[in-house]
Amino acid sequence: MNIKHVAKLANLPLTHHEEEKYSEQLSKILKYIEQLNQVDTSDVEPTFNVSGQENVISEDKIGECLDWKEGFFKTKGVFNNE
Amino acid sequence: MSDLTSLTLVQTIKALQDKQFSEEELNKAYLDRINSLDPKLNIFLEKKKNTRGIPAAIKDVIVTKNIKTTAGSKILSNFIPPYNATVVEKLLEQDISILGKTNCDEFAMGSSGENSAFGPTKNPWDLTKVPGGTSSGSAVAVASDSCVFALGSDTGGSIRQPASLCGVVGLKPSYSRVSRYGLIAAVSSFDTIGPITKSVDDAALVLDWISGSDNFDSNCKNEKFTFRPRGLEAGIKGLKVGIPKEYFGEGLEASVKKVIEDAIKKLEQLGAEIVEVSLPHSQYALAAYYILNPSEISSNMGRYDGIRFGSDRQDFGEEVKRRIMLGTFALSSGYYDDYFAKAAKVRTLVKQDFEKAFTSVDVIVGPVSPTTAWNLGEKIDDPLTMYLQDIYTISANLAGIPGLSVPCGFVDSLPVGLQILGKQFDEETILKVGIAFEQATDWKKEKPKL
Amino acid sequence: MEKGETKALKYEPVIGLEVHVELNTKSKMFCRCSADYFGKQPNTHTCPVCLGLPGALPYINEQAIDDCIKIGLALNCQISEKSLFERKNYFYPDLPKGYQISQYRWPLCVIGHLTLEDGQVIRINRAHMEEDTGKLTHQGSETLIDFNRSGVPLVEIVTEPDFTNSSQVKDYAKKLQQIFRYLGVSNADMERGDMRLEANISVRPKGQVELPNHRVELKNINSFRFMVAAIEYEIKRQIEALEKGEKLFQETRGWNEDKKCTYVQRSKEDAHDYRYFPEPDLPELFQGTKKVQQLKDSLPELPWDMVERFEKLGLKKSDAQILAESKELGQFFEAAVEYGKEYDVTSLQIANYLINRRESSMDIAEVINNIMSRIKGVVTDADVLEIWAKEVLTENPKFVETYKKGKTTVIMALIGAVMKKTAGKADAQKAKEILEKLLNYA
Repeated sequence: MNIKHVAKLANLPLTHHEEEKYSEQLSKILKYIEQLNQVDTSDVEPTFNVSGQENVISEDKIGECLDWKEGFFKTKGVFNNE
Repeated sequence: MSDLTSLTLVQTIKALQDKQFSEEELNKAYLDRINSLDPKLNIFLEKKKNTRGIPAAIKDVIVTKNIKTTAGSKILSNFIPPYNATVVEKLLEQDISILGKTNCDEFAMGSSGENSAFGPTKNPWDLTKVPGGTSSGSAVAVASDSCVFALGSDTGGSIRQPASLCGVVGLKPSYSRVSRYGLIAAVSSFDTIGPITKSVDDAALVLDWISGSDNFDSNCKNEKFTFRPRGLEAGIKGLKVGIPKEYFGEGLEASVKKVIEDAIKKLEQLGAEIVEVSLPHSQYALAAYYILNPSEISSNMGRYDGIRFGSDRQDFGEEVKRRIMLGTFALSSGYYDDYFAKAAKVRTLVKQDFEKAFTSVDVIVGPVSPTTAWNLGEKIDDPLTMYLQDIYTISANLAGIPGLSVPCGFVDSLPVGLQILGKQFDEETILKVGIAFEQATDWKKEKPKL
Repeated sequence: MEKGETKALKYEPVIGLEVHVELNTKSKMFCRCSADYFGKQPNTHTCPVCLGLPGALPYINEQAIDDCIKIGLALNCQISEKSLFERKNYFYPDLPKGYQISQYRWPLCVIGHLTLEDGQVIRINRAHMEEDTGKLTHQGSETLIDFNRSGVPLVEIVTEPDFTNSSQVKDYAKKLQQIFRYLGVSNADMERGDMRLEANISVRPKGQVELPNHRVELKNINSFRFMVAAIEYEIKRQIEALEKGEKLFQETRGWNEDKKCTYVQRSKEDAHDYRYFPEPDLPELFQGTKKVQQLKDSLPELPWDMVERFEKLGLKKSDAQILAESKELGQFFEAAVEYGKEYDVTSLQIANYLINRRESSMDIAEVINNIMSRIKGVVTDADVLEIWAKEVLTENPKFVETYKKGKTTVIMALIGAVMKKTAGKADAQKAKEILEKLLNYA
C-alpha cells in the first residue's frame, strides 16, 4: 500500500509518524485478510445488500425542508474548476 | 422508593398504571442515581432533565433534535442535529423521555468503549475492566439501573457484546426491521439499531415500538414486530437448537466455554433438541468483515469535511483514521476486485451457511464473546487483537439475521452472555428461547454492586 | 491547396460527447425538497439528505427514473432489467456527502443510437441517473456554497467517439435538446445550466483505427457556439502539435471566449480515483418489460418522425423541420391542417403562413381566416395591418396631431393612406380599429 497516495485519496492529513505507524498496522491487517484468497468464489455472486427489497421509490411530491435562514455556507477559496 | 430504578420497562409501565409513583418521581429517581454514579462510570455525554415520560438512554450515534449528538467523536463535539432519528420520533410517540445520550466508541468503531474521544465508560461489575463496545454507555446505563432501557446500534456485535460483558439483554434486530434514518452511518449495509434492556420482554416491547418502515430509509421493510404480552411464553419444547462446531474451537476461553455449555444444557432440560450444525465459512467471515466494514466507513466518513458542521478531519481518532485508510485502499483502482468484491462474495457464502443451517434448526446458539471483560488498556495497542474479539458476532451482520444476547452466568464475577441467532425476520423465535431461558434461571436478578 | 488544408487532410478528429441534463421534476432525486432552485435564496431548499448531514439517507424519486427511461427509449437504448446506484467518491466543497450517488457498472439505459442529418450514426454508450452538486460562488478569498441545487436529478448521456467534426456535435446537441423538450423532461436551457456539454477530443492519422492515447476533455462550456469554436480550435492545436512532433497530454481544458483559445484546467496527474462501489443505502432497481412498454407507449412522437410525416404532406424538409422544432408548434400545425380541410386551405398554405410567425398564442380559426382572406386578396391579419398602420402614422404626423387635438374625423384620411399603401388589399374596418388603438395609446 502506498500510504501517502491512500492518505491523499482519503483527504486525511497524516503526520510522518502517523504514516509509519499506520503503514505497519495496516500491513499486518492486510496479511490477516489474505486468507480470503483460499476461498473459491468463482461461481459466487457478491452480496451488497441484505434488505431483500427492490424498487423502493417515492412519488415526486414536495415535502418539508429545513427552515434554514443563515444563507451561504462558507469555506476558504477554491480556485480550480471541477 | 429506591427500588424504582431496578424495575424493568414492563414493570415500570404497570407500576405507573397502578399509580405506585408518578412519572415525575420516576424521572427524578433516575436522575439522582445518574448524578451519583456517572462520575465514576462515565456513561452520559449529555443529560436531560425531564418530568414526564419513561426515561430512556440513547446511544450518541442516534441524532436527537436540538440535543447535542457527538457519535463519541471530537469532530462532532458541538453538533446539534436539526432533526430526530425515526426511532427517536417513535419513542417520543410512546411517551418516552430522553434521559441522555450515551458514550460510545467513536463513530461506532471498536469493541471495548476505549475509542471514545470522551474517555471510556467503565464496566459496573469491575471499574478496571472494559464494558465492551461500541454501545458501551448504553449497556452500562442499563446494567447500573441508570435508565429504564437504552437504544444501541450493532454493526458487528456492538449491541450484543457490551450486553454480554455487562450482564444485560441486548437485541440486534434483523437488518431492515428498524429504520436507520438518523443513525450516524458507520457501515450502511450492516448497521442495525436495537434495544438494550433489563429483561427479554422489555427488548420485545421496545422492538415493537421502533420497528417498521418510514419514508426515509429505503432498505427498511414494512415488517413491524408486534409485542404480545404472554405471547412469547409458549415454551421451547421440541424447538431445534443448532450448535455451530466452529464457534467452540480455538479462541474461546475455556471458562467461558463451560458457562455456555451449561446454558445449552439448560435449554435441553427445557425441552429443546440440541443439534450440531456447521457454518463452514466462519473462519473467513472476520476477514471479509474487516474489508467491507472499513470500505463503507471510508465513504460514510467523507461528509466530515468541516464545512457545513463539525471540525477538521485531523480531529478523527486513531481507529477511525485507520479504517478510513484501509477502506480507501480496498476500494481503490486495481484493488476493488481482489478486496471489496471478493469480500462481498465471501459474504454471500456466509449468508448461505446460515440459510443451510436453518433448514435443519430453528435457532443457532453459542457464545457472544470469546472472553469476559478484559482490563482497560490491555488490547488497545494491537488493532488486530481487538478485531478478533468480534469473531462470533460479525457473521449475523454479514447475513442480516437477528441476534439476542441474554445473561447466562459469570466467570470470576464477570458476566457471560448467551447468543441466540435466528432467521431474518424471525425475532419471535429467538426471543422465545431468550424468555424461556431467562425464566428458568436467576441471572436477571444479579446486579453489580455500586 | 493551402498548407493548413494539406495538414488537416492527413488527420481525422475523434470526438465523443457527454451531455448532462437537469430534469424538471418537482422534487429532488433523493429527497423531497423542491428541485426548483433557480433564483431562490441560498440554502432554503435543503434538508438533512441533500445537505449530507449525519444520519441522512437517500430515497429515490420515481418520476426521475421514468424520465431517464423515456430519454433512453427516445435514443433507442436498451433498458437494463437490473440497475444499481453506486457511490462516486471524491472531495469538493459542493459535494456535501463526499460522494455523488451515480451509476457506474449497472446503468439504467445502454447501447442506443442517434442518426444525424448527414447520415452519421452516433452510438450511445449509456444514459444513467445521478444527482447534481451544490453551487459555488467565489467572493474574495472565500468560496460561498448554496446547496439548493444539491440533489437535483441529472441524466448523463455518453456517446462513443463517433463524431468526426464540430458541426456533427452541434447537430447532435440540438437534437438532444429537442428530444428533452419534446419529452417534457427538461427546459434544456444551456445558459441556465439545465443542459451541459463535455467533449472528449483527440486526433489521429487518417485511416488509423486505434484510438489515440491522449484525450482532451473540454468542460464548463455553456453554449453550442462556444463548444463548436473550442472543438475547432482544439483540432487545429492538436494537429499542429503532432506535426511539430510535440507530445499531447491527457488533460481538461476550458474555452476562453476573449482570447478565443482553450486553456488547461486540470492535468492527468490530478485524475481522480472515484472508488465506485454499489450504494448500500439503495436497493436494486428492476425494470420489468410491462413497465418499459408502458413508458414506450407514453412517448410523444419524436421530432424526426413528425418531420417525415410533414414531408409526406408535401412540405420541403427544411420547412418541415421549422414546424417540428417544438412539439407545440408541430401539433398546432397539424390541428390547423385538419381544420383547414373544411375550407379548402392547403397544408402548404398553412405552412407558409406559420413559418414566419410561430406564435404560441395563435388561434386556429383566426389563422385559417387570415389565410382565406389573403387568398381572396383582403388582408385582415392584425399584425400585418399594424405594421402598415404604424408606417402611415409615422409618415403623416400632421394627421396624428389633428386627431389628438380632438378632430377624430381625420381618421378617414389615415384609413385612406393605408388603403393606398396596400393597393386596396387592407380590410378597411380592421384598419380603422387598429389605427384607433395606436392613436389612443400612443
